[in-house]
Amino acid sequence: MTVAAEGSPALSRSRARRNALLQSESVQGFALISPTFLYALILLVLPILVVIAHSFWTQHYLTIDRTFTLENYRIALTEPIYRDLLWRSLYISLTVSFFTVILAYPIAFFISFHGGRHKGLWLFLITIPFWTSYLLRVMSWKVILGYNGVLNSGLMGLGIIDEPSTALLYNTSAVIITLTHAWAAFAILPIFVSLEKVDRTLIEAAKDLGDGPLRSFLRVTLPLSAPGVISAILIVMIPTVGDYVTPRLVGGKDGVMIANAIQAQFGKAANWPLGAALSVTTMFIVTLMAGATVFVIRSAARLAR
Amino acid sequence: MKGLRRFLPGNSWLAVYALLYVAFLYLPIIFLPIFSINTSATPKFPLSGFTLQWYEDLPNTPALLDAAWNSLIVGVSAAVLSTTLGILAARAITRYRFPGRRPINALIMAPLVLPEVIVAISMLLVMLQLGLSLSLFTVVLGHILVCIPYSMTVLISGFEGFDRSLEEASADLGESAFGTFRRVTLPMVAPAIISSLLVSFTISLDEFIIAFFLTGTEATLPVYIWGQLRFASKLPGVLALGTLLLIASFLLMTIAEILRRRAARRTQNEGGLYA
Repeated sequence: MTVAAEGSPALSRSRARRNALLQSESVQGFALISPTFLYALILLVLPILVVIAHSFWTQHYLTIDRTFTLENYRIALTEPIYRDLLWRSLYISLTVSFFTVILAYPIAFFISFHGGRHKGLWLFLITIPFWTSYLLRVMSWKVILGYNGVLNSGLMGLGIIDEPSTALLYNTSAVIITLTHAWAAFAILPIFVSLEKVDRTLIEAAKDLGDGPLRSFLRVTLPLSAPGVISAILIVMIPTVGDYVTPRLVGGKDGVMIANAIQAQFGKAANWPLGAALSVTTMFIVTLMAGATVFVIRSAARLAR
Repeated sequence: MKGLRRFLPGNSWLAVYALLYVAFLYLPIIFLPIFSINTSATPKFPLSGFTLQWYEDLPNTPALLDAAWNSLIVGVSAAVLSTTLGILAARAITRYRFPGRRPINALIMAPLVLPEVIVAISMLLVMLQLGLSLSLFTVVLGHILVCIPYSMTVLISGFEGFDRSLEEASADLGESAFGTFRRVTLPMVAPAIISSLLVSFTISLDEFIIAFFLTGTEATLPVYIWGQLRFASKLPGVLALGTLLLIASFLLMTIAEILRRRAARRTQNEGGLYA
């Protein structure tokens, strides 16, 4: 029956028409997206390739020597100053992602499970502060944590301390606090989205089968929200490694990060190849860390289930 | 166990936490307006008195007015161009299936998760090598790249669920492809497009890193603010300017969000009615 049908001319004609339709759909879709695609190729992919190329070259004053060398990478990975900056950037970005996600999860959970009709309003309330200039938000933290700042004058007004503390600003903790604040919404949103996708009947089932709220949370809700947690970590971790503004404004001497060193190589020091090697090393390490995070969380979620 | 049960199924404890967390999110932002109307030049408590002097000084600062004008030019150009590119891509993603759809989409969205400094510096490197002199034009090029992902998010949410049969009906009744787009598709998705324009304008208005690296001698508002931050005596002026920018961003984003929701509701509801 099927064989006979396949041989029938009417059906093969309709299949041909469908193929033609599919093909024209592919062509139309691709044609439509190509300007945007080309833009991203020319202004994002090409520049990054140029940076990678530079990282293997050497600079003599104003001329670039295009002989292949790994010298820049040797400097980037072994010179104590760059090695320390890389470590500190990784440490800061891991700490920030950890705190951001830990603090964001309960909020996302609350909105998804108890937000009721006000889910949209809660989300909007949370995103509003992030549509204001990043620069201004960092500067506000400086106003809060500074020597004459809000926190110091507040604590003094309450009689808790006698003189302003200098320990609040210009160090790694100030950078961590500021960044944890700055990226909060970017962690809440993906976790919320994944919690929304959790099938509520599975939780009911777990409860019917005798799991308490904690157990059903740990064995059903948490593992099923793992994709959201993964994207939250990545979305916070990757950009914070390369943050430039926060270390400059609230980091002081001990809070400088790798982006500041990269900028210096492209600016004052005028050593593009070294700056390029530092950028590529940063991107490479971040990619490794991102891969490791995805692997660890996926395995943990599988084990918990 | 009883305590845990009270905590985990949410309600009161979680609600208190949520409120505290939102307060933390707004904490740094409320100090901008408060100290911008304080008479003292150093931002500290107790407040010394009420003044509008810092606001009155703003229009008398030519460098600031230039920066505001530059930001306006950059913002409008970046918004229009990134929304145009966003419409094409969002339409392709939501309407057609084609090979490479996912990787291309991922590439277009990539600036969202790349360290911005690296994006800025690589663009700077290419522009210097091509012999392009840095100007507002190079800033616009950079801003378009970072605005596209945000435009796409808004536009895709507005285009999704769009009922194709409306377009087919229009074609069957003799409209041309362009006529269908202009008279059927466009009115349905117009709120999403306006929302995308507002979102990308806001992003561009507030964006600092790309502008900092790619600007020549003409500063945008955030670049101007960055320059002022070096001088402690300029802080109140910066706070006043910051407050104005805050209000502008807030208004633009609220309008954008209302329009985005209207667009999403419109396409989905119509689709549901006629499906």
